[in-house]
Amino acid sequence: MAIFVFVLFVVFVIGLSLYLGNKAKTSSGYYTAGGNIHWGVNGVAFAGDYLSAASFLGICGMIATVGYDGFLYSIGYLAGWIVALFVVAEPLKRLGKYTFTDALDANYNSRGIKLAAAISTLVVSICYLIPQMVGAGVLVEPLLGIPHAWGVLMVGAIVITIVATAGMASTTYVQFLKGFLLIIFSSVLVGAVVVRGLNTQPDQGGKVEFYHYTSLPAARNGDQISVTAADWDVVDKVDIKGGLEFVNLSQGGTETWWFVSESDNGLVLKETQSVVTKGEVKWINGAPASVDNQLRQVGNLEKIAGKTNVNTGKLNVFSFLAGITDKETVVRTWKTVNFVDNSGDKATVYYPYDVTGDRIMRPGLKFKVEGSFLERLDFLSLMLALFMGTAALPHILIRYYTVPNPASARKSTIVAIAAIGFFYILTLFMGLGAMVNGTINPADSNMAAPLLARSYGQLLFAIISAIAFATVLGTVSGLIVAASGAVAHDLFDRFFKIKMDDRQKVRAGKISAFVIGGIAILLGILFKGMNVSFLVGLAFAVAASANLPAIVMLLFWKKTTAKGIAASIVVGVVVSLGLIAFSPELYTLYGLNPLDAPIPLNNPGIISIPLSFITLVIVSLLTPKKDNSAV
Amino acid sequence: MLHEPASPAEKDPAGPYKMLLGIRMFIFYALFYAGFVLINLIFPDWMGIIVFMGLNLAVVYGFLLIIVALIEALIYNYMCHKKEVELAHTESDPSKTKKG
Repeated sequence: MAIFVFVLFVVFVIGLSLYLGNKAKTSSGYYTAGGNIHWGVNGVAFAGDYLSAASFLGICGMIATVGYDGFLYSIGYLAGWIVALFVVAEPLKRLGKYTFTDALDANYNSRGIKLAAAISTLVVSICYLIPQMVGAGVLVEPLLGIPHAWGVLMVGAIVITIVATAGMASTTYVQFLKGFLLIIFSSVLVGAVVVRGLNTQPDQGGKVEFYHYTSLPAARNGDQISVTAADWDVVDKVDIKGGLEFVNLSQGGTETWWFVSESDNGLVLKETQSVVTKGEVKWINGAPASVDNQLRQVGNLEKIAGKTNVNTGKLNVFSFLAGITDKETVVRTWKTVNFVDNSGDKATVYYPYDVTGDRIMRPGLKFKVEGSFLERLDFLSLMLALFMGTAALPHILIRYYTVPNPASARKSTIVAIAAIGFFYILTLFMGLGAMVNGTINPADSNMAAPLLARSYGQLLFAIISAIAFATVLGTVSGLIVAASGAVAHDLFDRFFKIKMDDRQKVRAGKISAFVIGGIAILLGILFKGMNVSFLVGLAFAVAASANLPAIVMLLFWKKTTAKGIAASIVVGVVVSLGLIAFSPELYTLYGLNPLDAPIPLNNPGIISIPLSFITLVIVSLLTPKKDNSAV
Repeated sequence: MLHEPASPAEKDPAGPYKMLLGIRMFIFYALFYAGFVLINLIFPDWMGIIVFMGLNLAVVYGFLLIIVALIEALIYNYMCHKKEVELAHTESDPSKTKKG
């Protein structure tokens, strides 16, 4: 069923692209769909462009695992549209032709701006492409049963076909279709979640029996831990930095890892899930991995308003949220730890971590708003980048050139705000739905929403998966159009001044799309396993640092000069990328200790955005223009 | 203008009005957003206070940030459109002067 819906969708999308192919014979047709898209269609296409894999897969996954902190992304992403509507929509429409670089350079004709803005567009687009491609692999892997790399390759090939056949025309209609379907079926899924209600022993609609994780009483004797119950033997103990302890217990020859926890009743060992690599063989929960022996999906409420063994049945949207928010509700979340045991085997252990409902429904589990000064600064930095980033994303900005006039640009932004805002409210319900219905893959939170859909049957799973796939296609298409415009239009045509007729310009755009699509495929394979929402947050930081200061100052400060704009873009790109490269989260990705990272912040915006503004002001003051005036 | 826009930009007499209105509405929303961030940073416990139908301040404020964005956007569009129509009439018939 899932494969049928998926193939049907892909065939339809490619057929649509081929049908629209004749609209992309000119540069205007290829890059801006002729500038004739209706504002209503453009508005929904905006939503389709913007609601990426990060929004659908990443945010839902993050809410499912850390609660409200994931919803902060929804709030920040939506708030960014206010900057787009009130500050940049109409002026940018008036200034630009095909690309964001055109708008920045409209009053200057500066080679510096062309080069800097084109590079910035490429960098931001590639930063944004990585999580989309990672999301594609994550999605296709369980859907079609093919490896992650093949999933990424397949998505890349389809997207290149969409873009290379009809450029912005096909991209617009794919995004429109995807935006529309995403909102409709996410609403259906949320309705199903609320009607099912809350249950302390969720069984995925009767499909998967609820698994009871056990606890064993234990005793501590110095550094040793022993199990009180008979027939359990402690065979290994590992201490993790930060005070965590895990013991390997043997029962009847089966070895499993247990989490050592202090409770009101004394020391207890809590059952975990584990993946241990012994030589070439992967062991899951004490037995060799197989089709039947995989990690169990997790996520449930241990108590609802202080009571165990409760099934609320049908709820409404308010009582659903209130039930989880109750301070006596206990949510079982899962944390991950990696270590090498005393036998030299690599182990990944997923251990339970119970949190009260009132704690999980406010910020703090991931972003430490009650933590140290640096941790709070990191939160501030993230919220700043999300707010400032939307209006600086090249693939979003080029959509202002697909409508006929500035008023249409404004109206399409409002449609986008309505559609995107509504969807982001739904993300809270979908994420929490996955959290309480036992539909989180502990090894990969990105699949929370599709797995939640699967608990309602194969049809909804097939539709939601196909839409999630369309989500990737729509956003990646937009990114590749933006990036190919930066290469073919900004660099080849404007910067290097290579003589091309209109057909050659379109061909250059299509060749660029092929190359960028190839790079995206490669990066999607390399970055497998990272939370896609986190990666998009970084792309926002780069966009906000590199592009927004230039756009805002161009529009509102008359002393802005071409050199000031070019310098601020370069500083924004270099500083934000540099800070990210040496951040704790990237150190974890490199396999290094995050505590050794020289930059203590994961989100660079709080440093790089002001620095980019300051650079623009200083360089502009040092290089006053003679006669050109800012807009 | 050194290279032409995608579609020829017509003269927009409402441009300065829309820009000023946009900045004012942006500042209002930015302050509302900043309030959310600052409460989290300075008084994080407040976010757990139940304020409406069992929902805490974090959820209600988060939803409001989304809903207020849409309301502001609709108001902005209404006022921009009204001004565009008003100035278009004034331009087409110069004898009509703006009241108030």
